[in-house]
Amino acid sequence: MTTLASPFTSALRPFVALARTELLRLLRNRALLVPALLLPIIFFSLWGLPNARYTLGGVNAGRYMLVSYAAYSLISTALFGFGVAVAAERASGWWRQLQITPAPPALIFGAKITASLVMGLLSVLALCLFAGLVGHIWLGAADLGGVLLRLLPGMVPFALLGLTLGLLAPPDAAGGVANLVALPMLFASGIFVPLDTAPDFIRSLAPYLPAYHFGQLGWTAIGAKPAGAEWTHWVWLAGYAAVFLLTSLWAARRSEMRR
Amino acid sequence: MNTGLINNVVCFEGVSVRFGAVSALDNLNLELRGGELSALLGPNGAGKTTALRLLLGLTRPSQGTVRVLGGDPRRSEARRGVGAMLQDISLPPNLSVLELLRLYAALYPAPLSVNRALELSGLSDQATSRASRLSGGQQRRLSFALAVIGNPELLLLDEPTVAMDVQGRAAFWHGIAELRSGGCTVLLTTHLLEEVDRAADRVIVLSRGVIVADAAPGSVRARVGLSRVRFSSRLDAAHWHTITLPGDVLEGGPAGQFSIRTRQPEALVRAALDLDPALSDLEVSRASLEDAFLSLTGPDQAPTGALA
Ligand SMILES: Nc1ncnc2c1ncn2[C@@H]1O[C@H](COP(=O)(O)OP(=O)(O)O)[C@@H](O)[C@H]1O
Ligand SMILES: [Mg+2]
Repeated sequence: MTTLASPFTSALRPFVALARTELLRLLRNRALLVPALLLPIIFFSLWGLPNARYTLGGVNAGRYMLVSYAAYSLISTALFGFGVAVAAERASGWWRQLQITPAPPALIFGAKITASLVMGLLSVLALCLFAGLVGHIWLGAADLGGVLLRLLPGMVPFALLGLTLGLLAPPDAAGGVANLVALPMLFASGIFVPLDTAPDFIRSLAPYLPAYHFGQLGWTAIGAKPAGAEWTHWVWLAGYAAVFLLTSLWAARRSEMRR
Repeated sequence: MNTGLINNVVCFEGVSVRFGAVSALDNLNLELRGGELSALLGPNGAGKTTALRLLLGLTRPSQGTVRVLGGDPRRSEARRGVGAMLQDISLPPNLSVLELLRLYAALYPAPLSVNRALELSGLSDQATSRASRLSGGQQRRLSFALAVIGNPELLLLDEPTVAMDVQGRAAFWHGIAELRSGGCTVLLTTHLLEEVDRAADRVIVLSRGVIVADAAPGSVRARVGLSRVRFSSRLDAAHWHTITLPGDVLEGGPAGQFSIRTRQPEALVRAALDLDPALSDLEVSRASLEDAFLSLTGPDQAPTGALA
């Protein structure tokens, strides 16, 4: 019988085990995996490849839109692979099954976020491979590294937004609600189609949306004309992350009250 | 035994839980000592699950304090020594038994080996199956394996044997016995009196959020040893009360039908025939477990503390 905690007090072992398990679950969930891998590739083929000979924001439009759809893929991974998945677990009881272990909720969330990051990374790599092999558009290691270095940490506010929606919406409606929020935001931020072609009111709305700043971080990483200093994008994303952290904590408390 | 430390593994002090107008637990005071196996019995809605959820920090008391292994159950650290099996759990479909057990083993400071947990739950043959491929009873066994793999000091089991077949139950009780020999304290809920009668050190009966009995199962067995005498008679209840012995319970049915729960059916029948030679429809039966249980928790029965 152990009466005292063993010398093992580090959170590393439970964290690694949780993250590994969550990643396995994401990779085995075909309903999630197939769209996450295929949709960015399909969108890129429809809008990116045909425009590859033009210039956008001062760089090759093919490369620009490759970054756009990488951003799209990471945002949807954060929203759906994380937020909506948490909602489904809340309905299924798996979340409660983890809640009764000694793993603190922050550790469980951290592991889920890490698994989503890895999943996002995989979908971006698949997209880049497709763009290179099929469209002969290679980002190059340095540019890809720069894009990922900015976009992976930039996923945090979207993961927290997904979590809020997942906790607030009825479990089986969470996916639909997240789409309802994500799709207009992606259009209005220049991720789906470049803002140059968007109506004026959308162009004036865009700088207030998190996906716009997320996109800016990605595009400037491959040398596109910046729209403001880089730090302003980080401040916007951090601000949104803080807001969505508060809303998700509030939503978590609310769902706990309802059992 | 390390009594000083293990004493009072669980402690409820004046705990009430209210959900709106419903009072799930009402001023509950209960202490569980180290190494005991206690069974929490009660009809549906008695508050059994609520009591376990309090011990897991899943529900907050409206009033009073709950301590588990000397700590506040709402803190994650308090759960290092606690294993639990909940009533409504669905395990992720796309993970195997082995993967789930390995995950859980990594969450506790001094876990059992995966093989040991498989052995205790009787799941060794299903180790590589996906959780979703298991039968209902096997899923309960997996849930049990996940509850014990952390090598808990306190095991909380909500209706553990529901959906288990005979072999599952046998494996389960065998596993419990092995864990107890290591000093594990067990609190389980059930509505199967028979099952806990053999294994439990203590039976706690809850009814509408209140403890109506708290005793060794022997006392419950004594209660179960009751007989029920039924008959019809033109005499009224006042007459029949004169022949009942202390401890007997008389119930007057409609249209002159009576029912008496008694420990001495022979003496009672003799006295009844003397009192009313015209008595009819005489019927003597052993009181069922159900009867004993109902006599403690039934709506017409004031908690007399007969077993306490
Ligand atoms: N989250 C909840 N919201 C509202 N009422 C609840 C909730 N949980 C339990 N109850 C009520 O509390 C009472 C006790 O429930 P429970 O502890 O589940 O009983 P048992 O496990 O003994 O069947 C019941 O009347 C039940 O309806
Ligand atoms: Mg229950």
